[in-house]
Amino acid sequence: MKDGFPRAAALALADSQLRRNLGHATRTIRDKRARVVAEVPDWEALRDAGAEIKDRALRHLDVHLERLEESVQSAGGTVHWARDGAEAAAVVADVARAHGSDEVIKVKSLATDEIDLNDRLDAVGVHAVETDLAELINQLSGDTSSHILVPAIHRNRAQIAELFRRELGVEVSDEPAELTAAAREHLRAKFLSVPVGVSGANFAVAETGHVVVLESEGNGRMCTTLPEVLVSVVGIEKILPRWRDLEVMLQLLPRSSTGERMNPYTSIWSGVADGDGPREFHLVLLDAGRTDVLADEVGRAALRCIRCSACLNVCPVYERTGGHAYDSVYPGPIGAILTPQLQGLENASTLPWASSLCGACYEVCPVKIDIPSILVHLRGRVVREVGAPMPERAAMAAMARLFGSRRAYEAAQRAAKLGRGPLAGAAMRPWTRSRELPEIPKQTFRDWWRDERT
Amino acid sequence: MRAALFITCFNDTLFPQTGRAAVAVLERVGVEVDFPLEQTCCGQMHANSGYGHEAIGLVRRFVRVFGDAEAVVTPSGSCAAMVREGYERLATEAGDERLATQVRALAPRVFELSEFLVGHMGVEDVGAAFPHRVTYHPTCHSLRLLKVGDAPLRLLRAVHGIDLVELPAAEQCCGFGGTFAVKNADTSTAMLTDKLRRILDTGADVCTAADNSCLMHIGGGLRHARAGVRVMHLAEILASEAS
Repeated sequence: MKDGFPRAAALALADSQLRRNLGHATRTIRDKRARVVAEVPDWEALRDAGAEIKDRALRHLDVHLERLEESVQSAGGTVHWARDGAEAAAVVADVARAHGSDEVIKVKSLATDEIDLNDRLDAVGVHAVETDLAELINQLSGDTSSHILVPAIHRNRAQIAELFRRELGVEVSDEPAELTAAAREHLRAKFLSVPVGVSGANFAVAETGHVVVLESEGNGRMCTTLPEVLVSVVGIEKILPRWRDLEVMLQLLPRSSTGERMNPYTSIWSGVADGDGPREFHLVLLDAGRTDVLADEVGRAALRCIRCSACLNVCPVYERTGGHAYDSVYPGPIGAILTPQLQGLENASTLPWASSLCGACYEVCPVKIDIPSILVHLRGRVVREVGAPMPERAAMAAMARLFGSRRAYEAAQRAAKLGRGPLAGAAMRPWTRSRELPEIPKQTFRDWWRDERT
Repeated sequence: MRAALFITCFNDTLFPQTGRAAVAVLERVGVEVDFPLEQTCCGQMHANSGYGHEAIGLVRRFVRVFGDAEAVVTPSGSCAAMVREGYERLATEAGDERLATQVRALAPRVFELSEFLVGHMGVEDVGAAFPHRVTYHPTCHSLRLLKVGDAPLRLLRAVHGIDLVELPAAEQCCGFGGTFAVKNADTSTAMLTDKLRRILDTGADVCTAADNSCLMHIGGGLRHARAGVRVMHLAEILASEAS
């Protein structure tokens, strides 16, 4: 990860098919979102409410988590606390074993991707079957997700048809209906036979113990209702204090993410119920670095994120580089602030610079995360805690001294006219590869002012 | 009305003609312009590059130099945004509450040129003439941090003889982003290329904006491509008169 984002981005930028696929897809979702958001007269008030609800949840996270544990237990569920991915995966593996299964069926879940759950399960002989269409595509091709909501956004339908013909052995054209029918056929056998379901959650309600999953394809409903046992791996920041908080979140999320007024499937359950759904329910509350994020007073706002991906779709950087350049389950603007905080600044130190600070992300964020400000804050932390190259540190210190004194500043301006010194724009190779530098004028503004106006 | 011109280090050194134009336009609408010679740089480059701790001296300097001004006007959206939106946090992070209070008092009197003319002075027609085809790029910090809205367009529409053409996808970033343009030069260039294509599609002779940093990037790309389209700061168009 030494070269990090700039290098990975340069490689992605050279892929013309990727650029076409991404440009088309992000533009489509972006326009859809803009249309359905414009329909809501109190959208800004909803954003304020969304931010306040998440902040309230995070401010007293300990209290809400224990309340959630009680609520889930009294509804007949079991609660597990997982410090990291290894602990969470161990719970899932134990449950699968207890039910005599070497397979689990999965709802699309970022938390489980974040902790490499599938690989961890594989290592102990349990195979995880992804049932979301795009996740299935990535699993079949050995690929990783490149978008929070549309994990296979980097592929077009012709590429997917080819994959299905090769991996599923079916004769399909690139018609979306044929492709989904082939996936459906493949998955149906799994839904009906695998006894263990695994999900994440969009929200978990402390007050009532309800776990909430929003999705579009119905595979989530299958995984959370058909198996004998369900395990939900949920990041501790997914908590909502009260049931009524869902009123706000269920308006914000579908419009921001898929650009729909309402998503097709919303599954909500609490514990277990006789004769209805799984007979056993396990909730795994996952920390995996979140408590550390909470300790950063500025950076913690990233934990408000409800994973809608609106920021990815409007981001001019993401639109061109795609998600893989971010080397994380969380790409785009939110990934640039979340990944370094979750994985450690030293492991993702170039990500806070993967932005022009244009602010388009902040404008659309349904829970008003000020992403540009957090990026700037994390840049400061990287410089101070991880370190920056010596020449950069020296140049910045020299420039600060220079601007700290009128005399030094004016001397540097005189030197620049001769093509020398820090204001002359020397050593600008990455700039001049694609852009010319302006000529340095003979007379500065202040020279003119002194000569003509005083 | 008196206003102190905050020229910015960038314009002072590289684009003095923008400063001269800003003075001409302000004086034409009856503003008495001061230029405090002790001013240097707002510290935006430091603050946005992870060196906020190095910028705090520049915050103090700005407050010292401009603290008593009736209004501070600058021909740069991003430098105005730095002072208005960024200074308070820098002061707070440095634990200097007194400075934060001074910044809060000064910030509402700091204006980008177009918002000062339209919003504060209530002027749209500044008596300019510019018989060329022009397209306008709204820079991100003017648009999203300062929220100048259509102030620059109102000024441009009132320019005599101008053929103002709309820039498609105007609100997409040009890819400059300060040190982003160097640290992520490839991505920055990809963003620039799309911006240039849209500028060229308009058939404009001139691309204008309220910030020379974005224009240096866009103009540098246009010249590199030998595109035959020039960039010009908004102030320079507004200062142009019929010859």
